[in-house]
Amino acid sequence: MVNSVIMHEIDSVATVTKNVSAGEAITYILNSEPVTIKSSADIPIYHKVAVKSVKKGEAIFKYGEIIGYATAGIQIGDHVHTHNLSN
Amino acid sequence: MKFNGYIRSDGHVGIRNHVVVMPGVICAAGVAQKIANQVKGAQYLYNPNGCAQNSSDTAITLEILSGLIANGNVFGVLIVGLGCEMIREDKYLEAIRKKTDKPVYYISIQKEGGINKTVEKGKEIVNTLIKESSKCVRKECDLSELILGLECGGSDPTSGFSANAVLGNTSDRIVDLGGTTILCETPEAIGTEHILKSRGKTPEIGQKLYDTIIKFDQMFKNNGEDIRKTNPSPGNKASGITTLEEKSLGCIHKSGTRPFSGVYEYGQMVDKKGLMFMDGTAYDVASVVSLVAGGAQMVAFTTGMGTPVGNALVPVIKITGNNDTATRLEDMIDFDTSSSISGTKSVEELGKELLDYMVRVCNGEEVKAEINNISDMAINQFYSYA
Repeated sequence: MVNSVIMHEIDSVATVTKNVSAGEAITYILNSEPVTIKSSADIPIYHKVAVKSVKKGEAIFKYGEIIGYATAGIQIGDHVHTHNLSN
Repeated sequence: MKFNGYIRSDGHVGIRNHVVVMPGVICAAGVAQKIANQVKGAQYLYNPNGCAQNSSDTAITLEILSGLIANGNVFGVLIVGLGCEMIREDKYLEAIRKKTDKPVYYISIQKEGGINKTVEKGKEIVNTLIKESSKCVRKECDLSELILGLECGGSDPTSGFSANAVLGNTSDRIVDLGGTTILCETPEAIGTEHILKSRGKTPEIGQKLYDTIIKFDQMFKNNGEDIRKTNPSPGNKASGITTLEEKSLGCIHKSGTRPFSGVYEYGQMVDKKGLMFMDGTAYDVASVVSLVAGGAQMVAFTTGMGTPVGNALVPVIKITGNNDTATRLEDMIDFDTSSSISGTKSVEELGKELLDYMVRVCNGEEVKAEINNISDMAINQFYSYA
């Protein structure tokens, strides 16, 4: 069941469109195909989840553009917000 | 792609055929409204100004009001002045005639001799205008004649990734068909100035875009407010927006992906085709008004939480990606993009559907704000009234 959206194929994150619990499946549509990952944390509705792993200091992409940089290492399925993303 | 519009003698194309009654100064507003109320089919256009502003704010007021009257959706206008105000007949005609040759009548309360005499004279003139306007017929026009304003307000997270994504897709389609779309609300672009700079069709346009945004940012700083520090707000962060760049990217997303072909001042008439940027406030009503003054015959307004804002002269289409808003507040919403969130429709599909809907609106289908007769008016100003 689709419960997230991704804006651009180079994006590091998708936005969940329902509250997600740790361990739950997160599915988004990319190029008309569903992609599913597993969340590693509770993620509130409309917050971001990593769909690519990002090293500390690397750029994080959303809408195909840089929205900030990882302040810690990020794995696929991690909640991405003020604790690990900053401009 | 075609629509049926009114081709004015000045070359502007309209999708409505309004006969407008406008006070020349706020003091005449009550009398002007009385006239409009008593003539079937007349459209009242409120004017909060006309006096007591310094020269730069007076210039802005005149630019906006003359632009509104010149808009292709207007057949003609009766301006009702008081008699002693700063902006009188000669200044109005000078500003309006630079932009259009359409019928403009002017009467003033002090000259006519009071409320009743002004109302009677006004009704006579407006009835004549209505009769003349009824001779106008829609003719087939190319979609490249469309000028669409892009606006957002009452945003929530769905605005960025649903409603604005869909509107951006529609904007790309309109620009590809030779039409014009106008992005505005400068403060909402702060944080994306480097991105917009790279989207300028020429380096000069890109630089002007960049400078316009930085100037607005600086204006706030000069008043002791740093938008970069106060945004995203605590409310934004709670709702999932982490950085200023992310917030602003969500806003500019509604401008799609095409290059910018021009940068205009607040309310300045847009004289080229393509994607444009108009400088100005993000104060919703004043922003919508500036788009109409710039020539937009229609405004697309994305709203996550819902807003009833309308305009006297143009249909303001309300678009939301929030299904709850589209359902609970359905008498304010025209287009629901939430199927892009559930995955049942793609952004591309919705972008095409929205364009098809816009053509129907061009051809006369009324939007909720028009059905509800909602007409909001505000003009930005930088100084106090004297």
